[in-house]
Amino acid sequence: MSVQTLARIGPTPQADPQVPAVRIDRLTMAFGRFTAVKDLSLQVADGEFLAIVGPTGCGKSTVLNAVAGLLTPAAGAVAIQGRPVRGIDRRIGYLFQQDALMPWKTALENVELGPVLRGDDRAGARARAQEWLAKVGLAGFEQRYPHQLSGGQKKRVQLAQALIYEPEVILMDEPFSALDIHTRHLMQTELLRLWQERRRAVVLITHDLEEAIALGDRVAVLSAGPSSRLVGTFDIPLQRPRNVAEIKLEPRFLDLYRQIWTCLKGEVEKSYAQTR
Amino acid sequence: MPRPADRLIQVAILVVLLGAWETATRTGLLDVFFFPAPSAIGLKIAEWVSDAGFLRHVSITLTETVLGYLIGTGLGIGLGIALGLSPRLATILDPFIKVLNSVPRVVLAPLFVLWFGLGLWSKVALAVTLVFFITFFNAYQGVREVNRAVLNNARILGAGRGQLLRHVYLPTAASWILSSLRTSVGFAVVGAIIGEYLGSSAGLGHLIAQAEGVFDATGVFAGIVVLSVFVLLLDRILDWTEKRLITWRPNQEAEATA
Repeated sequence: MSVQTLARIGPTPQADPQVPAVRIDRLTMAFGRFTAVKDLSLQVADGEFLAIVGPTGCGKSTVLNAVAGLLTPAAGAVAIQGRPVRGIDRRIGYLFQQDALMPWKTALENVELGPVLRGDDRAGARARAQEWLAKVGLAGFEQRYPHQLSGGQKKRVQLAQALIYEPEVILMDEPFSALDIHTRHLMQTELLRLWQERRRAVVLITHDLEEAIALGDRVAVLSAGPSSRLVGTFDIPLQRPRNVAEIKLEPRFLDLYRQIWTCLKGEVEKSYAQTR
Repeated sequence: MPRPADRLIQVAILVVLLGAWETATRTGLLDVFFFPAPSAIGLKIAEWVSDAGFLRHVSITLTETVLGYLIGTGLGIGLGIALGLSPRLATILDPFIKVLNSVPRVVLAPLFVLWFGLGLWSKVALAVTLVFFITFFNAYQGVREVNRAVLNNARILGAGRGQLLRHVYLPTAASWILSSLRTSVGFAVVGAIIGEYLGSSAGLGHLIAQAEGVFDATGVFAGIVVLSVFVLLLDRILDWTEKRLITWRPNQEAEATA
C-alpha cells in the first residue's frame, strides 16, 4: 500500500474522538443588562445525543442559538469540531419549535432548499429531496404546500429539510412541543430511527423531562434564569433502539426520572415563584 | 361566484334603477340639464366610440396611466424593500417620507405643469406621486412582516443576502405588494385624469373638462361611465395576473376545490 493511499484513508478531523463535536466554553449570553445564561460549559461528543432541560425562561434557546451562530455570546466561546463558531455555522442543522417552512414552497421545494442554497446541482438536490421525503414517510406529498399538511407532516418535512445536507451537528429547539401527544411520540420515534441510521451529535432543548430522558444519551439540567447555569448532567444508560412510548413504563426510566426531577424541581419552583 | 339567480337579481336592480331614472327625466321629475337621461348618455358614448378621435383620447390616458403606474410602483417597491431591509435607513428617512406623504397631491399638479409642460409627463408625474406611496408603504410593511423563524431557517440552510431576498423577503412581501398593486391602478387613473382635467389637449380627462366647459352634463356622465369601464378592465387584468403569481395561498386552494 502506497503512502498516498494511507493518507487518503487516514482519519478525518470529524472522526477524531479527542475533539468534541460541540464544545461550549464558559458561555455567557446577555441582552443589554439582562444576563440569560452565565458561565455555561458543556461538551457533546461525536454521535452523542444531549438533551438540555430547564425551567421556562432559563435561556436554553439562547445557548442553542449561540451554537448555531444566530446569536453572538457576550463572553465565552462555542466550537464545533474544534473550530470556533463565527456567524451562522454551515455544519449544523436546526429543527425549529415554530413552523419554519417557507409557506410559498411545496414540501419538495422546501426539502431541496438547503442543498440548492449550498450550491448543489438542481437535479441531484431534487432527487435527494424526493428520497428524504420518502424517508420521513411523505412520499406522494411532494407537491403539497405547508398549509395543506398536518402539524406532524410539517414537522416531518422540517426534519427532512434539516437533515438532507447531512449536518455534523443537529440542534433542536423544543421541536415537538406544539404537537399532540400521539404525534409527538411518533415523531420522537421517527427522529431516533433517522438518527440511528447515521449517528451525529444532537443538542435537544426541551422543557419536557420525559422527552429528554427518552431521547437523550445524557441530560443536562439548567437552573432557573436569569444568569442561568448548569446544575448537573445525568447519563441515561437506557438501551437503544428505544421505543419512546413504551420506554416510559420501564422501572429504570422511572428511576432516572425521579433522580433528575429532584434536581430540576427546585429550579422549576424558583422560576415559577419569579413569574407569579 | 354569484349564483345564476343572484345574477338575475343584479340585472333586475340595474334595470329598475336605470328605468326609474329614465322615466323621471321623461316625465320632467329630473331636470335633464343636471341629470341627463341614461339613453342620452348611452347615445353620447356611442357617438364618442364611433368617432376615430376617441381612440386617441383613450390611448393617451392609458399611456399616462400605465407609465405613471409602472414608474410609481417600481420606485415604491424598490424603495420599500430597501428601507424594509435596512431599519437604520428607514429611521433616518422616516420624517421626510411622512412630510412628503402629507402633501395633498392635487396641489402638485400646477407645479408639474410648470416643470413638465402640458403634455404627457406632467400627468405621469402626478400619477407617480399618487401610486408611489401606496406601494412603498406596502412593500416596506411586507418586508418587515417576515417570519423570524422562516428567516433564520433559510439562513441556516445556507442562504446569503441575495438568496434571502429571493427565497424569503420577496415571497413574504408579495401578497402585500400585489394588494397594493390592485389599489394603485385606481390611483394611477385618478392622477392621469386630474392632470388632464387641470390642463391638457387630449385624454379622457380632457373630454370631461371640455363637456363641463359647455355645461354638457351628458358629456360629463358619459366620461364617468367610460372611465369606470376603463378602470374595471385594468383591474380585471391585474386580477388575472395575481391569480397566476400567487399559487400557494390557502384561500386559493379553497376556491379551486369549491
